[in-house]
Amino acid sequence: MTNVVIVGTDMIKFGRFPDRSIEALGAEAALMALDDCGLSINDMDAMYCGNLMYAPHMIGQRIMKEIGQTGIPVMNVTNACATGAAAIREAWIGIKAGVYDTVLCVGVEKMPQGLLDPGGEDDGIQREGILGSGLMPCVFAEAGMEHSLKYGTSFEQFAGISVKNHHHSTMNPKAMYQIETPLEMVMEAEMIAYPNTKLMCSVNVDGSAAAVLMSEDKARDMGLLNRAVRIKASALTSDPYSQRNHALSDWNSVTRLCARQAYEQAGCKPEDIDLIELHDCFATAEMLHYENLGLCEDGQAGRLVDEGETTLGGRIPVNVSGGLLSKGHPIGATGIANVVEIITHLRDEAAERQVKDARLGLTHVVGAGAACAIHILERIE
Amino acid sequence: MTLELSNDRCSVAPYLSVPNEGPPTLIGTRCGVCDEVLLGERVACGNCGGRKSLEAVTLSVKGKLYAFSVVYRSFPGVETPFVSAIVDLEGGGTLKGTLRNVEPDPHSLKQGMPVDVVFAAIDQKDNKGRPCTGYFFEPADQDQWG
Repeated sequence: MTNVVIVGTDMIKFGRFPDRSIEALGAEAALMALDDCGLSINDMDAMYCGNLMYAPHMIGQRIMKEIGQTGIPVMNVTNACATGAAAIREAWIGIKAGVYDTVLCVGVEKMPQGLLDPGGEDDGIQREGILGSGLMPCVFAEAGMEHSLKYGTSFEQFAGISVKNHHHSTMNPKAMYQIETPLEMVMEAEMIAYPNTKLMCSVNVDGSAAAVLMSEDKARDMGLLNRAVRIKASALTSDPYSQRNHALSDWNSVTRLCARQAYEQAGCKPEDIDLIELHDCFATAEMLHYENLGLCEDGQAGRLVDEGETTLGGRIPVNVSGGLLSKGHPIGATGIANVVEIITHLRDEAAERQVKDARLGLTHVVGAGAACAIHILERIE
Repeated sequence: MTLELSNDRCSVAPYLSVPNEGPPTLIGTRCGVCDEVLLGERVACGNCGGRKSLEAVTLSVKGKLYAFSVVYRSFPGVETPFVSAIVDLEGGGTLKGTLRNVEPDPHSLKQGMPVDVVFAAIDQKDNKGRPCTGYFFEPADQDQWG
């Protein structure tokens, strides 16, 4: 089967755009990604659109109306917070299968502000506060507390993750925020669900990101390999059974299963990876994924924070973009924006926040429900 | 041991049986193949996929606190702070719910703390105008045995 490469990619600066339509935001990133590789919509064999909030409304087709209605297959993909990454994976499958040579992926979201309603029974009973809290800050707080109760991971260590990611975002002009948040500021911010304070929760923003995937042979023929990166692994899992999963959302099993598959596909180990963009929807989540992705032994994640190993310049920089915590989390765009960030480093174009000699990068997202998607991307030498 | 739903009351959760007569019960399913205990009624075992040897069981109302968060910000109208708790039940099954009658202080709550599941009316009505039965966790009253 052919290798699949990403030849063009870009994202808009994440923010709040109440006066712009969702298709306008999606179209902007799509055209940026096409311009990045010098192609046009007429070169695309298919289009996959990742969007969650407007899933029934054919956002992919609405974007095509903005950028050129060529009549190609358009598929609208939704998979909770793994939506954008799932769109990339579907495109990857289409090219691997030989059905398409060149595919456009667009992730776009216009987010409501504040606490997101997790949905559920529609019988008029408000279960929030009765059956504990189903809101995401609490759901991820409980998962963090499981780690804390098992290993002694501290509030301060969880908060340190926010300090790091907000620091990283000061070097990313496309992040929603570029503000340093010292430890005291993070810890003294409004407590939402212990141990997650407001500055330890991702930002609901609008945003879009896009990528053009191509078979490696075609990219070579078109002379596009010099700025392309190779997809070494594309893995997607649903949550395998675990005993408490009905009550305590298990982000660990689903990520560990996915990571195992991704490392195996790529033929590499965690220590071979040069940088990671992982799903820091809450500070507590990032802590768990250090271990889930094999960056350290179980129980050692807090130490990674203490010793700055995941900070830019450290052993394995994580979320150099600022992460969901500071760059923002426009759900459908998030998985593709992670890919944009890794590619920027693999191309040595990340300026002030560049991870030196980046050769292999990993993107990770989890969607509540649950889904995990991991891509491992490689610089083409 | 099957799920009974009253015509007169609604249940807060699909695994909480609220019969017309008698007290509410927590309903589970034990898989005879892998011995896993699952919440609610099942057509197949979530663990092994087995469809035979599924046995309806009543879950214990005694358990131990496994994990929790103290929630300070919730939807408008929901009283905070409250403790959102994950409780492992004796004999199998894990439930999420609100732990009441404790200080909502993350430093005073301990993993392994014994709790009871207490059934209670909830001060809400469903779309059909029916009152609702739910459950809460409370610290186990160990004195009553001593």
